[in-house]
Amino acid sequence: MTGVADTRPGALAVRGLRTVFASPAGPLTAVDGVDLDLAPGEILGLVGESGSGKSVTLRSLLRLVRPPGRIAGEVLWGGRDLLGLRPGELRRVRGREIATVFQEPMTALNPVLTVGRQIDESLRAHTGLDARGRRARGVDLLDLVGIPAPATRLADYPHQFSGGMRQRAMIAIALAGEPRLLLADEPTTALDVTIQDQILKLILALRARLGMGVILVTHDLGVVAQSCDRVAVMYAGRIVETGPVAALFAEPRHAYTRGLIGSVPRAGGERRPLLSIDGTPPGLGARPAGCAFHPRCGFATDACRREAPPLAAVAPGREAAGREAPGREAACWHHAAVAAAGIEAPVPEPA
Amino acid sequence: MTAAEDLLSRRRPAPRRFRPPSLPRPSPALAGGLAILAALLVLALVPGLVAPYAPAAFDYRAILKPPSFAHPFGTDNFGRDILSRTVWATRVDLQIALFGTLVPVVFGTLAGAVVGYYGGWVEALFGRVVDAVVTFPFLVLVIAIVAVLGPGLFNLYIAVSVVGWVFYARIVAAGVALQRRLDYAAAARVMGYSTPRIVLRHLLPNAVSAAIVYWMTDMALCILLGSSLGYLGLGAQPPTAEWGVLIADGKNYMNTAWWISIFPGVAIVLAGLGFSLLGDGLADLLRPKR
Amino acid sequence: MLSAGYVLRRVLQMVPTLVFILVVTFVLVRLLPGDPLSAIGGDHVTDAQVAQARAAYGLDQPLFAQFLLYVRRVVTGDLGRSIVVQVPVWSLVGERLPPTMLLSGMAVAIGVGLAVPLAFASALRRGRATDLAIRAGAQVGLSMPVFYIGLVLLTVFSAHLRWFPVGGYGDGWGDRVYHLFLPALTLGVSLAAVLMRSLRAAIVDVLGAEYVDFARAKGLPTRVILLRHVLRNALISTLALLGPTVGSLLGGAVITESVFAIPGVGRLMIESIYGRDYPVIQGLTLSLAVTVSLAFLVTDLIQASLDPRVAR
Repeated sequence: MTGVADTRPGALAVRGLRTVFASPAGPLTAVDGVDLDLAPGEILGLVGESGSGKSVTLRSLLRLVRPPGRIAGEVLWGGRDLLGLRPGELRRVRGREIATVFQEPMTALNPVLTVGRQIDESLRAHTGLDARGRRARGVDLLDLVGIPAPATRLADYPHQFSGGMRQRAMIAIALAGEPRLLLADEPTTALDVTIQDQILKLILALRARLGMGVILVTHDLGVVAQSCDRVAVMYAGRIVETGPVAALFAEPRHAYTRGLIGSVPRAGGERRPLLSIDGTPPGLGARPAGCAFHPRCGFATDACRREAPPLAAVAPGREAAGREAPGREAACWHHAAVAAAGIEAPVPEPA
Repeated sequence: MTAAEDLLSRRRPAPRRFRPPSLPRPSPALAGGLAILAALLVLALVPGLVAPYAPAAFDYRAILKPPSFAHPFGTDNFGRDILSRTVWATRVDLQIALFGTLVPVVFGTLAGAVVGYYGGWVEALFGRVVDAVVTFPFLVLVIAIVAVLGPGLFNLYIAVSVVGWVFYARIVAAGVALQRRLDYAAAARVMGYSTPRIVLRHLLPNAVSAAIVYWMTDMALCILLGSSLGYLGLGAQPPTAEWGVLIADGKNYMNTAWWISIFPGVAIVLAGLGFSLLGDGLADLLRPKR
Repeated sequence: MLSAGYVLRRVLQMVPTLVFILVVTFVLVRLLPGDPLSAIGGDHVTDAQVAQARAAYGLDQPLFAQFLLYVRRVVTGDLGRSIVVQVPVWSLVGERLPPTMLLSGMAVAIGVGLAVPLAFASALRRGRATDLAIRAGAQVGLSMPVFYIGLVLLTVFSAHLRWFPVGGYGDGWGDRVYHLFLPALTLGVSLAAVLMRSLRAAIVDVLGAEYVDFARAKGLPTRVILLRHVLRNALISTLALLGPTVGSLLGGAVITESVFAIPGVGRLMIESIYGRDYPVIQGLTLSLAVTVSLAFLVTDLIQASLDPRVAR
């Protein structure tokens, strides 16, 4: 993603994002030079195992990371760098232009305020509506996200909603400012499978209806396949591969992505979390030199141990010529070999 | 072994910063608390080490003298040396802390273990007792009991013990009830250990750390209570040197001879700080590591 | 909102507590060495008078019957008569209650007024110099006996600076508030130390909650986040302290009122002890315990009405 940043309204371009947490044992780098691009109205999936830095990346975009976390780089939102905004300016972006929903609505909603109050305070911050107008808008919002009897549910507290309804309520609160971009941090992980589908469909429907872009953080490839236009795969704080969903799933160019896809049951409908690559991601303070994935990688060579590969555009492979979609990038010295290995063959043993 | 497992087993160990194995480093709170209490303990055991005079020695040539080289904390209206009296009082006040909490700690812990182990209606009944006891303003109840039994330290201990055990029992009962639900307690039952053995050997040691932390706070509270009663004339009786009594001795001279009351008060604060710091430090130390 | 069922359940929970209070206050006087009446009457009563009084108080009946008699007396509002001043205990208590209530109210206002900003300052600057200084101050405040704080304030502000009277109650509201300011400050400072610690812990806890992150992500002004989300939730969890606070305030009032010579119930307690006025001690202990149990009730009801998760 070394290309020119898209500066249209509703476009997001992240350049060299680094989020570092100071700790007694030294600085811990959670996000290590991430580049991302999102066209207006696009849905981007940000995938990785827990600890890969995907949630911290998402929170860094709006500077929601708490001290001792420090964020560096550029987050260009319609050409404006969010990391350089003054607090007041940033507040007008948060919620109004870019909204966020979190994984667990039970903890993300304030338990002692009614849902209506929590919508109302957003409307108060981002619209000029009077009390009556805000109430009407609150009813509309609950209706929009598919909550039955919205007028009466405004007075309910979060604990009086079921899990799925609670997530819908959180989305309704997020939509109060009519955002152009929705950041969703594992919005379906805490939910039952059937409810997950409903929420994803809701997000897709809202995208279509409101024309907003979405960045969907998830560890679930099934969710990505079902809902995203493009996907970025994160490992150890870096983007290791990115591209259109169909192309990337058909022909992964990074050994980590390949392992992820290989871990999803092919023919079945059931989704599983991505746990089947053996070994665990390195801890924040213990990133290996070179490519962070090399200790778990069957393709690794000395080059991988020496130097981290940059995220670079990959030429379409011969077998994929003609149907390779644009915008494929991978951070792997051996992306050609990975592509050639295909996704059906057994994982080679590390040298 | 599958290829993937093999991959795992050959994984290069992550580079790790070398850290020498050591005991948990004592926190500043723990170290500070221990230092203060050690110093007070020395004063209590060998007051003569620091106190230049006998605590009750009158000196009519040195009445209400401000702090000086001969009397670093000054003298009171009988010419008694405040430094000596404050130092000697350490023994009395630490005794109050210890004897005022001894019965509650022992009895409360045992009662809590029983309540926590049996649960059910025992726990429900105990819950009512706790509800009732906490509604008595502690100081008022202790004062009332002392008023009826008569002033003095022994009656003070009785009054404090009658009420104090409940707080330990509540803490220990909660801890034991929690431990009881864990697997190893069930395992001990399956292995046929007797109930007292399960409670004493397995459940209690894990539940008791919170009670120990509370004990430290309680000793601080007990000194506050003892000195308050001493001040009101219901605790240690003059001429016994006790910090609260000493402060009461000086209350009518605050305007002219502030030193009589001020220094014993500093001693109370110091002792209270010592116990609370020790309690905080122990709480950190005993808290299960995440 | 409070459900009627919750209120009823909570009120019924008070019954065993009240019974316990009655038992304790009944037993209290029975702890007197020897015959309660001769102890009460001292050396100046004749045997005939004692026998007559025994019958009057039902002391010739079995213990349990005596207890029932005591309960019936208390329930009908009869707390007995003061031996020393020969008036009904309840009128004595009623007369002495207003200064104590004003003192406690002012102390709570001062305590909360000190604790909330300090707890915020401390929690928001966690680990820095401000935080350490505030926590050290609270620690010292906790270790300082109430009578000592009072004595120091009295000496500095009344005796030396002469800003405040050395004690007493005063006439009229303004004068009373003026008279009670130092004693209330005394109690308030020691209350603030307790409140500050819990409130700080609660604020630190709430600041880490995800709903605060969500509130920030919604773009709410900092003031709204701190007051509506952080302080409100932290106060609700700190509210559990209200009951015990009333208990320790009444205990503190006993001491403060004797330091500052305020004619409240606390001083009445001490006077009665010095005067061996046992019916007053008994009646006072009973009233204060009932007051605290009511405070616990109110605490629970307020908490249930503020925190919708409690009252179901």
